[in-house]
Amino acid sequence: MIRKLFDKIANNAVPAVFIIISAFAIPLSGYSASYLVQELLTRIGRNSFLILSLLIPIMAGMGLNFGMVLGAMAGQIGLLFICDWGIVGIPGMVLACLIGTPIAIVLGIFCGYIMNRAKGREMVTGYILGFFINGVYQMVVLYLMGWIIPITNPALLLSRGYGVRNAVSLLGIRGILDNLIPAIVTGTKDAGQFININGAKSFMMLQLPFIEGSIRIPLATLIVIALFCLFIMWFRRTKLGQDMRAIGQSQSVADSAGIAVNRTRIIAIVISTVLACYGQIIYLQNMGTLNTYNSHDQAGMFSIAALLIGGASVSRATIANVFAGVILFHLMFIVAPVAGKNLIGDAQIGEYFRVFVSYGIIAIALVLHAWRRNREKEAARRSLRGNKGGE
Amino acid sequence: MIKRFIQNAGWPRIIIALFLLALFIAAPFVGVRVDTSLSNTLVRFGMNGVMVLAMIPMVQAGCGLNFGLPLGIIAGLLGATLSIEWNTEILAWLSGLGTQYKISWLNDMFITTWREPLGFASAIIIAIPIAAILGWFYGKLLNRVKGDEMMIATYVGFSSVSFMCIAWLLLPYKHPTMVWGYAGKGLRTTISVEGYWLHVLSDSLALNIKTDDINIYIPTGMLIFFAVMALLVWIFMRTKTGTAMTAVGSNPEFARASGVNVDRMRTISVMLSTILGAIGIIVYEQSFGFIQLYMGPFYMALPAVASILLGGASVNKAGILNVIVGTFLFQGILTMTPSVINSYLQTDMSEVIRLIVSNGMILYALTRKVRAGR
Repeated sequence: MIRKLFDKIANNAVPAVFIIISAFAIPLSGYSASYLVQELLTRIGRNSFLILSLLIPIMAGMGLNFGMVLGAMAGQIGLLFICDWGIVGIPGMVLACLIGTPIAIVLGIFCGYIMNRAKGREMVTGYILGFFINGVYQMVVLYLMGWIIPITNPALLLSRGYGVRNAVSLLGIRGILDNLIPAIVTGTKDAGQFININGAKSFMMLQLPFIEGSIRIPLATLIVIALFCLFIMWFRRTKLGQDMRAIGQSQSVADSAGIAVNRTRIIAIVISTVLACYGQIIYLQNMGTLNTYNSHDQAGMFSIAALLIGGASVSRATIANVFAGVILFHLMFIVAPVAGKNLIGDAQIGEYFRVFVSYGIIAIALVLHAWRRNREKEAARRSLRGNKGGE
Repeated sequence: MIKRFIQNAGWPRIIIALFLLALFIAAPFVGVRVDTSLSNTLVRFGMNGVMVLAMIPMVQAGCGLNFGLPLGIIAGLLGATLSIEWNTEILAWLSGLGTQYKISWLNDMFITTWREPLGFASAIIIAIPIAAILGWFYGKLLNRVKGDEMMIATYVGFSSVSFMCIAWLLLPYKHPTMVWGYAGKGLRTTISVEGYWLHVLSDSLALNIKTDDINIYIPTGMLIFFAVMALLVWIFMRTKTGTAMTAVGSNPEFARASGVNVDRMRTISVMLSTILGAIGIIVYEQSFGFIQLYMGPFYMALPAVASILLGGASVNKAGILNVIVGTFLFQGILTMTPSVINSYLQTDMSEVIRLIVSNGMILYALTRKVRAGR
């Protein structure tokens, strides 16, 4: 009974702590509600897709896919090409996805193959694999592009004639998906300005009396994300999805049930990598600039931290976890520096604090998972020895 | 015979060794001096050796590769900064000790001449208990998460580094060479150790031959220090505790059946690893000349892990020879690639090569053990 209660608290401890931290930090930061909602909506649109890409490998029992940065790199390569060719707007984004997909598939197969050879430590392997492929990516982008791989746009290339610049402007596709269906929620008294400036017809506008200012909603991005959630829900019910869940429960049982374990695991990673590729493209169209050598690094870490903060564990994650995680993690992201500044007088401390929290939360989640697993193993062994009830 | 050698050494190692050899052969043709390169390699070998040595206890006790090395490094950084903060106090205390207990050799002249080595020693002496305490907690944690040590170690390292980022800002350091000038508080990102213990090991007994066609510098003191540490680890691994530790690593069930306290051995190994990491970073700093705080120690575990793997260690077996060979090969490549490849291609590819070699090596080791176990 007590143990059950303890388990329940342990299961939800992480989100609870975050709700408490946010509850203290929000008033300290002094931000208005509509500002926070606006920021959160933007960040939900920006990050959810990346985080959703983590779900399928967890289902297949492969833990948090630290190898998702591979997909992010594939997406960035796609973006670099469309920038070079000067294709803008939705066609540009679609083309970037089309270029990224085969690269992501190849990387995903490679990643899955490596992980199958390192069963039981997929996470650390994926993590190191991220670094390894990062080396290859840097070699391609910094040395081969503009030399062997044709890149001609001088705005992209370093002054020496080959290699891509550190920061690439994605002006051509900036916010293109977010603003595809313009939608705005505004307070009654501020509604006038939008009608005057843009003409009411081009906006889907909702007037609410209790809102101050206005909130832009990245409607198209949210629709894409919703469709993707439906895809995951559908996917769980397919034969392949069921196979993955069986493998996640027990590889040996799945194997004797005639499921091709290794092949299915590779498929899980390939799907995750391809989705991470799309996720990164959505993320970057919102940001508007590509940090050629850093963007992908942060994508992995922040997505994993957010998912865990949403109450997911290494072996179980739901769509609800994703959204709870995005909201809680980014709420802290927005308020921590300002709260730190108002509390201690140093914004740098809030900045370090949120870095610390991101890493700390991953550490705690991993520890809790391993701890629980070892306890279960111990209990299973005890029950084999025969004294079932006793300690 | 050759086949067996290849099997024992493993393809990646041979390729990397040949690559290094090729770099040394190619060096004179592109105008890079072999003697300076060799000297640089030796210096970097000495700088990093002890940190690579820190891998051995944990690997031997079956705790996996110590990706949590930053924890030890933090202890070392605390020791280093405190030794500078309290430098005057420590020396005054020593001199007081000399007068109080009438120790004739511990007089002011001795303290003045040996000021720098004493400062260095004080850094290590302060760092060791901190490392031991941190290592104890870290070891207890790792005992509860058997099987997942490496991933958790990585994040323990990361979170401790980012936690210390806050601490470096808030800790009440006062020494003017270390805190930000305008605020008067909060440690700087890099702190020079010049005037405290810069090159105390590197320059002691150093061999410096400079003529028209030869330019060799051998940091004898630092290499001797490494040799002593390596010898201590070697001896320790052959004591009763060390043997028990190895037994725990090779077969925990068997070790438990023969009456070894598995968890205790693992904790000791983690503490030892953390202490060696702390000493390692202080040795690194005295040669490098700067204490790097904040995000400095963040990725320091990866080169050390890669080095020992490059030297032929696996995820659960490592020896002194692996450390020596691995550190030499890894640091050799780090020294040679920028100079040789840069002169040849006119670009700096060293960072990319470092990423690929070090992480490729770790990947190789992670995927290999499973194959052997099947």
